[in-house]
Amino acid sequence: MNDDALLIVCICGVITLFSRMIPFLVFPEGRKTPAIILYLSDYLPVAMIGMLIIYCLKDVDFLSTYHGFPELLGITIVAVLHLWKRNTLLSIVGGTVCYMFLLQVVCI
Amino acid sequence: MIEALKKAFPFTIPVMIGYVFLGIAFGILLEKAGYNFLWAILLSVVIYSGALQFVCVSFLSGGTNILSIIFISMVMNFRHCFYGLSMLEKYKETGKQKPYLIYALTDETFSLLNTVDVPEDVSKGWFYFFVSLCNQSYWVFGAAVGGLLSFSLNFNTQGIDFSMTALFVVMFIEQIKTHRTYVIGFLGIVLSFLALLLVGRDYFIVLALLLIVITLLIQKKKVGVIHE
Repeated sequence: MNDDALLIVCICGVITLFSRMIPFLVFPEGRKTPAIILYLSDYLPVAMIGMLIIYCLKDVDFLSTYHGFPELLGITIVAVLHLWKRNTLLSIVGGTVCYMFLLQVVCI
Repeated sequence: MIEALKKAFPFTIPVMIGYVFLGIAFGILLEKAGYNFLWAILLSVVIYSGALQFVCVSFLSGGTNILSIIFISMVMNFRHCFYGLSMLEKYKETGKQKPYLIYALTDETFSLLNTVDVPEDVSKGWFYFFVSLCNQSYWVFGAAVGGLLSFSLNFNTQGIDFSMTALFVVMFIEQIKTHRTYVIGFLGIVLSFLALLLVGRDYFIVLALLLIVITLLIQKKKVGVIHE
């Protein structure tokens, strides 16, 4: 075990908490939020959720044997299921099961 | 209050699958690095950021100096500032629940709260609170289970972390369909991919966010403002 373990956990914790607090400290509730920030808060979420999809794929090696095929097929299945039935749970479970099957059985 | 919990819980089920299994994976990894389930719970409460907690396991294994730890944590957490920015209006007038809401604003909670509408007959503060609390409890539970059962688990869970990817894909579709923000949504994907190609996996989020914000600011005149 690392002697500095507690210190390391606290550093990571404080930085995480602070990164979440900054916007609320800069723009407190009492004051009017600038229009430009309101504009950003309307459109940022969808762009950032798009970014999170890429974030999930950041470790995929597209030059490997399967060229990220299981991931891309998995995402396609999720998207098709969701556009078809629009049932969040079905899309997520269905897509994940297909992906796990691809990874564990097909692409070994 | 209980009503808000009842209303909030169903929305969090999709996150439950991902968080429990990802939490288990984290607990196992931490146990293997020599830290038992109590540490897994500690990290999940003190840090509560999935990505950083996984990196923290390697910090705890030693070999990374404190300055690097600070720098890496700041780079990885940069995105949180933009979550907060997007939640300024939503979290207004949430009263005494607000500090917890800010503390618990993870990627998944952010995506979820941006996609669901507060049911009519419950208070916004309590509804957001219970969505956030349910999500964190799944994560803490998973981490503890992983730490406790790391020796006896032999179910092949390889690939189960894809449920998080699937969650974001679903939230993305919900967002672009509800708000008709197709162009900006795909812009987010394309710019992030571009950033990933340019600077690689460790720092791409910072560049991606900057590209997204700059593009949004340039586009401002064209798309107009929803508020007011």
